[in-house]
This record gives sequence, structure tokens and C-alpha cells, in this order.
Amino acid sequence: MILRVIGVLWLAATLAFFALRLLPGDAITAQLVDSGASAAQIESRRAALGLDAPLFTQYTDWLVGVVSGDLGVSMLDGQPVNEIVARQVAPTISLALAALLIAILGGLTLGSAAGLGSSSARFALNIALSAPIYWTGTLAIWVFALLLDWLPSSGDSGLTGLILPSAVLGFHTAGAIGRVIAAGVAETVNADFVFTARSKGLPEGLIVWRHILRASLLPAVSVIALQAGFLLGGVVITEMLFNRPGIGRVLLDAVMRQDYPVVQGIVVWTAAVYIIVNAAADVITRQLDPRVAA
Amino acid sequence: MRLLMFLIAFVIVAPLLATHDPMSTDTDSQRLPPHAAHILGTDALGRDVWSRVTTGGWRTFGVAALATVIALLPGIIGGLALSAAPRLIEHLADSSINAVLAFPSVAIALIVLTLLGQGVMPLAFAVGIAQIVPTVRVVRGAALAIRGAGYLESARSLGATPTRIVLFHVLPNIAPTLLAYAGVVFSYSLLNSAALSFLGLGGEPGVPDWGVMLAEGRQAFRSAPWIAFAPGVAITLSVMIVNRAADQLGRSPRR
Repeated sequence: MILRVIGVLWLAATLAFFALRLLPGDAITAQLVDSGASAAQIESRRAALGLDAPLFTQYTDWLVGVVSGDLGVSMLDGQPVNEIVARQVAPTISLALAALLIAILGGLTLGSAAGLGSSSARFALNIALSAPIYWTGTLAIWVFALLLDWLPSSGDSGLTGLILPSAVLGFHTAGAIGRVIAAGVAETVNADFVFTARSKGLPEGLIVWRHILRASLLPAVSVIALQAGFLLGGVVITEMLFNRPGIGRVLLDAVMRQDYPVVQGIVVWTAAVYIIVNAAADVITRQLDPRVAA
Repeated sequence: MRLLMFLIAFVIVAPLLATHDPMSTDTDSQRLPPHAAHILGTDALGRDVWSRVTTGGWRTFGVAALATVIALLPGIIGGLALSAAPRLIEHLADSSINAVLAFPSVAIALIVLTLLGQGVMPLAFAVGIAQIVPTVRVVRGAALAIRGAGYLESARSLGATPTRIVLFHVLPNIAPTLLAYAGVVFSYSLLNSAALSFLGLGGEPGVPDWGVMLAEGRQAFRSAPWIAFAPGVAITLSVMIVNRAADQLGRSPRR
């Protein structure tokens, strides 16, 4: 298990390294050409950062660094990648966690209602799945920040600044989670053990809560873990839309300016989170479901 | 399904419904709210929003369709090949698939766009390439799910070659799943190509496209919310209809 996780991480890191080297040019050349530096100056700056070494040497050097916890420095301003990530990670994590919480709660509620036959809940799920974040986000800003003036539309102003972005991102993710739960609930409603519970005379709420939902939650666990990975894509857009600081904006910026070490560092970090979350979901599923454990 | 046919037909003929030239700017009528001459209002450059929405469907749907093909062709071939591959390769492929899935797909799309530049094809490649590996996984899963089926056993005992079995026995039997999955990829591509346009990476200036319109509308939405409203509704409705059709085609595979 652990060997496998490490292997997958190494592959993802390698992929990040070589995919970026496909791009023509690099941040140094772009930056110095713009500022009118001579070819010799560019060469010496690249040499100082080790960019003139053979590709394979650069790769092994970088990999050794990663293993010892050093992700290198930004090409543009020489800041350690670890510091850049550490500084930007807090707003992103609070956004992602708040969105995930909203998504799980919303997905559970809407999903079980839709599975039990509510057509308005089904419609809400369809909207959540179909409406792009950048549109629902724009609408939400328009209604809640401009028309009603209840909530701030941008920035990182504490808890109130978190409500709109996490609601928008969470609503979209709730669609994916709710869909799986709805399918599970619809399938379970007619199961034998639900029939038994009903003929025992259990109240309907208890049947839904203890019997139906519990059986429908299992497939949802792995979907929630997968969504944790997709959240990063949503985070990039949400951070842009609401003008929030965070990892998503740093990533977008670094790709556009071809600051390889920063992109690689963020990819390694997010890949690690994704792989660990999914491995944990496997373990949880095994714990919850006696059939998988066997 | 019927809704989907209607949607496609509508997108194809919609440019005929345009009341104005979607590209012509008019400095005298910037950001006009909806009224008789411009039924959905005008944008920041005075272009007619209704005409841009009706003509913009071509590019938006075209990019999504291209991206779907780019994702599905290699994905299906790879998935089928993997399902027939020996154990060792299967294990290696498993780890590689997980590694690619762990790689943020935004990063893949951004890298492809930086490499290929802007325009229809680069955008389609950026969105499509990011979907190849998930497709491999779904196709392989679908193929493995029917591995024990009786008709495969009979084909094997009749001495059919693995290639023949995969092409003539496995592929037709997982076709409904694949068709439903194609719908999922299409709606995903629609959302994501619009997302890249929103980030300012997709479109060419001027050419009507729902994603670009949304991005432009967002910049002006404080004073003129109707500019972003129309393309947003168009994208949401399209994705809903495609998802519905995919749902009906088969219990759509989980992503």
C-alpha cells in the first residue's frame, strides 16, 4: 500500500517535471529578454539556476531535493517554493474544506430527497451539475453582494468573505455527490432489509436515516474523495472570480510565466493530497463495508 | 433523447435567427438593457447579445465535440488494449493511471494551451487530452466487468484471437456504456472549454463563443448583468440536456 502510494507520487512528480520541459523557453529567458538583457547575461543567470545542465541531471537533482523536502526556488524571485506554498495554502484549504462540507451536506440532503422521489431535489441536483461555477458565482455576487449587499464579493476578509465562494464551489460539487447518493438511495429503497425494517413498524425517518442512507453512503465515500481532487480545478476559478489569494492563483500565474519549480512544487503537493485522500477513502470503504473487506 | 436532438438542431440553425451582425460593434448602443431592437440587450461594445448567443453555439459545441473525439479515440483504444493486457502491464498501468489522475487537470490544460497557442484546435486539445486517462479507466472498467460473460468464453473456446474478441465481442457489448460516457465527456468539455475561455485562455477576441461571452459579461456585470445571463443560461441548459440524454442511454459510469 505505502510502496504503491510512493510509486504513484514519483510518477506524478516525474510527469510534472517532463511535461513542463515540453514548453519552449523558460521564465528566465522571458523575463530577461523583456528587460533587454544580453544573451551572455541570460546564459549566466540560467547557469546559476542550473538550467544549462543536461535535462536528466536537472531531473535527478530536483528529485533528490523533493525526497529531502526541498522543492527548489522560484525562477522569478528566488523564493523557496515551500515558503510560497506555505504562505498561500491557508486561504485555499479553508475554501476547499468549507466547500467540501457544504457539498457533503447539500449532496446528502438533495441526494436522499431525490432518491426518495422528490422532483424538485432532482432538478436542483441537475442545476448544480450543469451550471458552470463562473456563472453561478457571477450571479451570486450580483445578487448577494450588489443587489442585497449582504456579503462581501471579494478578498480574504475572514469568515464572511468565505461564505459566497465556498457556497458556489460547494453547490457545484454537491451535484456530483448528490447524484451518486440519489442513485444509491433509489436502489436501496426496494431492498429486502428496508422492507423488513418497515414491517417491523419502524418510523419512516429512522428507516431512511439508519437503513437506507447507511447503505447508500458507501459509493459516495469514493466519489467524495475523487471530488477532493477535482476541487483544485474549481479552486482556480473560484479564487479568480472572487479575487481571493491562494494556491489556485499561484498555479495559474506560475504556468503562464513558466516558473517551472513553482508549478512542479504545487503539482507534487496537490498530487500527494489527492493520493493520500483516495487511499484513505479505500481504507474507510473497507472499514464500512464487510463485503469489500472479505 | 428527443431534447438532445432538438438542442443540436437548434444550435445548427440558430445563426439564422440572429437579428444583427454578431461581430459589428456600435458605440452608440453600448450596454443597453433588453428592449425591442435588441431583445437580450447589447454588450460593452454595443454588439447584439441575442445574435451573439445564437451564433456562438457553433464554436462552443464544435470545441466540445472535437475535445470529446480527442478524449475518446485514444481512451477507448487504450482501455480495450489494457483490458486484454497481461497482469504485470495491468499493474504498471494502474499506477500510471493514478499518477495522471493525481495531476491536476487544470495544469494539463494550461500546459497544452501554452504549448499550442490559442484557437479552436488548441482549446479542444487542452480539454480533450486531460480526459484521455479517465476515459481509459472507464473503458477498461466496462470491459473487465463483462470479462466472465458466457459469449466471451464461447468465442475464446472457438479459437478467436484476442484482437477479434475485443473488437467484435467486447466493444459492441460495452457500446451503450461508452455512448453514455461520451455524453458525460461532452458536457464536461463544454463546461471546461468555457472555463478556460473564462480564464482568458481560450477565445479569439470578437468571435462569438459562450465562454468568451461569459468572461466579457462578467467584467461588465455590475452595470449590465444581462450580458453574462444569456450565455450562462445557454451553457447550463445545454449541459443539462446532454447529461439527461447520457443518463437515459445507460446508467452512466461514475467519474
